[in-house]
Amino acid sequence: MHPILSMALRRLALGLLTLIVISIVIFSAVEMLPGDLAQEILGQSATPETVAAFRKELGLDKPPVERYFDWLWGALQGDFGKSLASKREISELISTRFGNTMFLAGYAAVIAVPLAVILGLMAALFRNTWFDRFVNVFTLSTISFPEFFVAYILILLLAVGFPFGLALPLGLLGLWIAVEGYGAMKENFKINKSPLVPVIFLLLGVALVINMVMGFLGMENLNPMTKEVRAFPSIANISPESSLGERLDRAFLPALTLTMVVTAHMMRMTRAAIINLLASPYIEMARLKGMSPWRIIVKHALPNALAPIINVVALNLAYLITGVVVVEVVFAYPGLGQLMVDSVTKRDITVVQACCLVFAVTYILLNLTADILAIATNPRLLHPK
Amino acid sequence: MSDDILLRMRNIRIDGKTGDDWLPIIKGVDLDLKRGEVLGLIGESGAGKSTMGLAAMGYVRDGCRIAGGSIEFEGTDLAQSSVAYCRKLRGKKIAYVAQSAAASFNPAHRLIEQYSEAPVIHGVMNRNEADSDAADIYRRLQLPNPDEIGFRYPHQVSGGQLQRAMTAMAMSCRPDLIIFDEPTTALDVTTQIEVLAAIRDAVDQFGTAAIYITHDLAVVAQMADKIMVLRYGELVEEADTRTMLSAPTQAYTKSLWAVRSFKSAAKVAPAPDATPVVSLRNVSASYGPVPVLHGVSFDIHKGRTVAVVGESGSGKSTAARCITGLLPPTEGEVLFNGQALPPSFKKRNKDQLRQAQMIYQMADTALNPKQRIRDIISRPVEFYLGLSGKAKRERVDALLDMIEMDPKVFGHRYPQELSGGQKQRIGIARALAAEPEFIICDEVTSALDQLVAEGILRLLDRLQSELGLAYMFITHDLATVRSIADEVVVMQHGKVVEQGPKEEMFRPPHHPYTDLLLSSVPEMDPDWLTGLLAARERGDVVGELPPA
Repeated sequence: MHPILSMALRRLALGLLTLIVISIVIFSAVEMLPGDLAQEILGQSATPETVAAFRKELGLDKPPVERYFDWLWGALQGDFGKSLASKREISELISTRFGNTMFLAGYAAVIAVPLAVILGLMAALFRNTWFDRFVNVFTLSTISFPEFFVAYILILLLAVGFPFGLALPLGLLGLWIAVEGYGAMKENFKINKSPLVPVIFLLLGVALVINMVMGFLGMENLNPMTKEVRAFPSIANISPESSLGERLDRAFLPALTLTMVVTAHMMRMTRAAIINLLASPYIEMARLKGMSPWRIIVKHALPNALAPIINVVALNLAYLITGVVVVEVVFAYPGLGQLMVDSVTKRDITVVQACCLVFAVTYILLNLTADILAIATNPRLLHPK
Repeated sequence: MSDDILLRMRNIRIDGKTGDDWLPIIKGVDLDLKRGEVLGLIGESGAGKSTMGLAAMGYVRDGCRIAGGSIEFEGTDLAQSSVAYCRKLRGKKIAYVAQSAAASFNPAHRLIEQYSEAPVIHGVMNRNEADSDAADIYRRLQLPNPDEIGFRYPHQVSGGQLQRAMTAMAMSCRPDLIIFDEPTTALDVTTQIEVLAAIRDAVDQFGTAAIYITHDLAVVAQMADKIMVLRYGELVEEADTRTMLSAPTQAYTKSLWAVRSFKSAAKVAPAPDATPVVSLRNVSASYGPVPVLHGVSFDIHKGRTVAVVGESGSGKSTAARCITGLLPPTEGEVLFNGQALPPSFKKRNKDQLRQAQMIYQMADTALNPKQRIRDIISRPVEFYLGLSGKAKRERVDALLDMIEMDPKVFGHRYPQELSGGQKQRIGIARALAAEPEFIICDEVTSALDQLVAEGILRLLDRLQSELGLAYMFITHDLATVRSIADEVVVMQHGKVVEQGPKEEMFRPPHHPYTDLLLSSVPEMDPDWLTGLLAARERGDVVGELPPA
């Protein structure tokens, strides 16, 4: 058997074991929550007899071990039981919500992963320049703020205060980029280097400043950059009937928030992994073969830096799925995270358990994929002697 | 300017950054190289050889700068040219062959992709032409399966083959100049011959000029038309090869030439019934399911040095791991003063552990970089001898004196503040701190320059006569064996092929493998390689090139 296949099977078995342990933890944790569901639903005025009868009806009178195995057996067959609060089938409840969460996570990932990797590569290429510093400061700032704060700032800039709310900070940013770009361009001319990249940034900066000035003068309608655009919706209320276009539009702000939260990790890991390799003899060899710096980074360093990058990407993808609770609540996005929060407040134990289990499976599967990919990209393991 | 001058460097000065200061590495050296000429550049590490070689490509490493002078390649000064201009030359007109092919090939790409890269990017050939050209060059360099080998990844190819593949890669654009930076230093002697022969043939066939950088005089004697000796970034001497070898004028060059003169004094042979300090009895061992040692037996007597020689992978270091108990043998036993040692170090008591110490090849990685010298040596003193306070301090001072390093000067330093030779001395002091009877020296001089290595050998020899130590000296360098060994054990494929006193080993008749090893050691005679290859061709010299 190919070593990768046997490794994958071994990891899969380990993953299943982890999952069983997690299911025990989830079940026990929920079990230990203070308060009683029957009491909660029936309210203060219920007599002890009605509470007992209701408990029996819900199956809460059985011993915990028996309930655990009932639950696990059902879950294995895709049957998570019924919601205690709404009496609906949990699997049905979860499937739409999970689809929505996956959609949002995928949306954010499609923006964030390429963006982070490309920014990381560029930061490595232009290491210790103003570009590198700027990318680092920006991504670190976005990751340092709490998610809800980033979300509200985005709502302010792109929804409520649009377009002038956006033009002002972007214009200031453009001013800075323009000044730095001009400096770098002069520097490059001095040392005989191509000034192309600084010139691009200089132009971008100037465009942003012009945009801001036109905004000040109330000329949005004359400005091609702002004439056609409109504010993004701040409420991401999608429904199963929404078309793809509608979904993309409404989920844009939450996706952007998530992007800003996860980009820093991936970008910094890409940058660090690449820079770590730049001292290798084979990188020097590529330089001595007359290869361009960009080719050296993409063709010679990146393939050898994939393992750590894949791992941090998987970790962030898992976060996009399991860690979106706050963002979903802020944008009223009907995802799994919000369902879980609602269920916790309603003491809807069975739904909480099912959500946790779904999250756990996602997490384990993503990490498993990352491990396998990290190995599959290593020719030493893929092509043994 | 005469037309056949390819490279002309004038008063070239290169600085390296140390902290905030720029310190000179190359202090104004001139160099002229004609088309098709091979220049040998020799000197100790730190002499600036590699820096010079790279400068010939208009390249300096990060943290270095060209401070002055000119590098005219085909009449254009690379020191004044743009980065883009130099990039166009590199790989196409001037190519580079690095010391460690294993590290300098990108592990993520197949050999042929790396071969084709330069010709395709520089627009010399398209991908298909480059691929078929690769097979052709691989064949010229006598690589096995030239049509197929390019499709392997670097880790699937042996060290000697990889080094030839790198030479092939350098040839891919048929450059006018190739810089060979110690291309055979990391190879076994038997493999070195093949690579040297392949490089010489290739350079001859294409009329390529070359700068051959090495610290091994015997190697440069085979390769170069003329030799430059560098020291501390300055030119010591320059002459054509035969003149330089027969009549060096400078004292420094003479001292380099004389390095191999050290020989330890002959010792009295042990009494036939004496109990050896260490005795391996029929030891076999394996890494997992892979057997690496097959019934190895040899003895090491008090006060004597047993050199274990063989190529990499022959099981020398594995035998050492069996003695120290790091790798419990699958069969056989290790006796210490006649007593069987427990196979695993975990089962050995402190005294048994104390008796056998090790000195490692890479002093750099064998010393904890975060500990001061005094702490590094204190640890075994404390652990094995239970000394503390003043007694411990005095013992450490005595040990540092023993290795000829002043405790007041070096005691508080960190390893990175020491030179390579000094670090290796600390490694010796650490081994001595346990007061062992027996020390395993694993290639202790192979990472060092010849002059420094000789100092280490003299030190080990003196310590042996003072303390009556027994050494197991693992090495692949037969010159070292000549100078320090009393007995020699020759290993191949995990077996002992021949063993006995040194005098007998160096006198024919030999086992064929010993003969191969001995005949492969380069000699200072510039005609040695030609003569040897011809003799092997005729079958005069016993032994064939091993299957690579």
